[in-house]
Amino acid sequence: MAPLLELKDVSARYGPVAALHGVSLTVDAGEIVAILGANGAGKTTTLRAVSGTVRRDGDVVFAGKRLGRMGPEGTARAGIAHVPEGRGIFAELTVWENLRMGAYMRRGRPNFSTVLEYFPWLDARRNQQAGTLSGGEQQMLALARAFLQRPRLLMLDEPSLGLAPLVTREVFRVVSDLNHKEGLAVLVVEQNAAIALGAAQRAYVLETGNVALSGTAEQLKSDDAVRSAYLGY
Amino acid sequence: MQQFFQALMAGLADGAIFASLALALVLIYKATEVINFAQGEMAMFTTYIAYALLTHPHFGHTLSYWPAFFMTLVIAFVFGVGLQRVVIKPLEKASVLTVVMATIALLVILNGLAAWIWSPELKFFPSPFPTSTWVIGGVHISKQDTGTFGVTLACVFVLWLFFRFTKLGLAMRAGAVNPVAARLLGVRTSWLLALGWGFAAVLGAVSGMMSAPTNFLSPSMMQAVLIFAFASAVLGGLESPVGAVAGGLGLGVLLSMLGTYVHPVTPELRLPVALLILLVVLLIKPAGLFGRVVVRRV
Ligand SMILES: Nc1ncnc2c1ncn2[C@@H]1O[C@H](COP(=O)(O)OP(=O)(O)O)[C@@H](O)[C@H]1O
Ligand SMILES: [Mg+2]
Repeated sequence: MAPLLELKDVSARYGPVAALHGVSLTVDAGEIVAILGANGAGKTTTLRAVSGTVRRDGDVVFAGKRLGRMGPEGTARAGIAHVPEGRGIFAELTVWENLRMGAYMRRGRPNFSTVLEYFPWLDARRNQQAGTLSGGEQQMLALARAFLQRPRLLMLDEPSLGLAPLVTREVFRVVSDLNHKEGLAVLVVEQNAAIALGAAQRAYVLETGNVALSGTAEQLKSDDAVRSAYLGY
Repeated sequence: MQQFFQALMAGLADGAIFASLALALVLIYKATEVINFAQGEMAMFTTYIAYALLTHPHFGHTLSYWPAFFMTLVIAFVFGVGLQRVVIKPLEKASVLTVVMATIALLVILNGLAAWIWSPELKFFPSPFPTSTWVIGGVHISKQDTGTFGVTLACVFVLWLFFRFTKLGLAMRAGAVNPVAARLLGVRTSWLLALGWGFAAVLGAVSGMMSAPTNFLSPSMMQAVLIFAFASAVLGGLESPVGAVAGGLGLGVLLSMLGTYVHPVTPELRLPVALLILLVVLLIKPAGLFGRVVVRRV
């Protein structure tokens, strides 16, 4: 079966600075795939190259179709939800307005009941200004909003950034839940390799814009280089 | 009493005109951080279009006031959207300063074009309201002032309803807060910016048509109004639509009261006094009266 998402030799640059040098990877339907790597390895740029927030060369194939240069709005419409680094919350809008924006592409009245099953606390906070939520709550709001897009693939950029370990675990629990129960495929970028390898089936390790290693989560957890560089034991 | 209410109503009418043009400025500033210096000339140009609809026979007859008014609003909307597409959109990747320069160029072009098409001399522009007054409890209330205030604020209110209660209005607010995040949710922000220019042009047309009966129609009719509107917008905090409207009304009333009760403030001193008030407010509260500080946690 063809993968849901396939990057074929994708490169990207910021002005004269090349950030990706031919990255190839795949995500199958129903899978959680992690991208690991040190700061500046090109993890964020990889997600940006998929969603079209940075100009890319090379092919990105999604659900059997080559994604053209359609920009972020086109990628979103093709069925990819990208929660960017920093979460992309509309700080001045209320929690509920943020959620309504998740359903922007859908016609008619959006149905919030499923999303409230996963994030029941949002209901009581609906009129709170989103910028006043805690970091963990903002990350959850970003997840809920992305889920309302009804995507086939969810891309998360460092969901653990700035969160306490307990909150990070809760975020990953919800991500795994959405994956199991809704069959949502996930491509997650993380510096926290331990928690990412706990949730993912497969992972890629990026180094200076190249895929240095890839394999199943089990293989990478027992790989000596990965252990010393990213897991710290 | 009589004098006070007269000054109050005159101030509110002037203030509403400032407010709608100030709101137009804020609409564009909030979305793109560009101050549209052409806002006043866009308003002037659309007021000339209203004049043309009212005075030149189209298909054998001229329009009466209200059909011409609403038709002008529609034309202004298309005009605003068109200007964004043709002049501003190609500068999408340019710096804010470049876009501001483009709006200054637009100011000069529209001004010259209006003088060339309609000649620079002053023209009389009709008012839809009678010059008579209502007498309530011995106080004369000008129908002209009340009408100007009512029509302008009604247009502002309709726009508020749009932003508050429609999905497109929500998307425009979201796009102004975080354009990249909005695009990632499927919002075509580039078209929403054009829509914003359309609404700004409509607000400008309202302020132009409402100020022309007292200030007369001429290519430079909106230049002072633009400065009052700019002062109102900055008073309100430049990013706050509510602040722009409050700033406009406040400035209008204050200038009218000063003109009535403080004799040295003659009409010639209105503009300097307005800018003096602006300076004083900014010294005390640099973010403007309604400049909201958003609380953020990481
Ligand atoms: N907006 C930008 N402008 C210029 N260079 C950038 C920008 N964003 C990232 N880079 C550079 O691209 C490389 C990859 O960055 P990034 O994808 O953000 O890495 P990661 O997410 O793995 O930390 C780094 O060398 C970084 O300095
Ligand atoms: Mg990153």
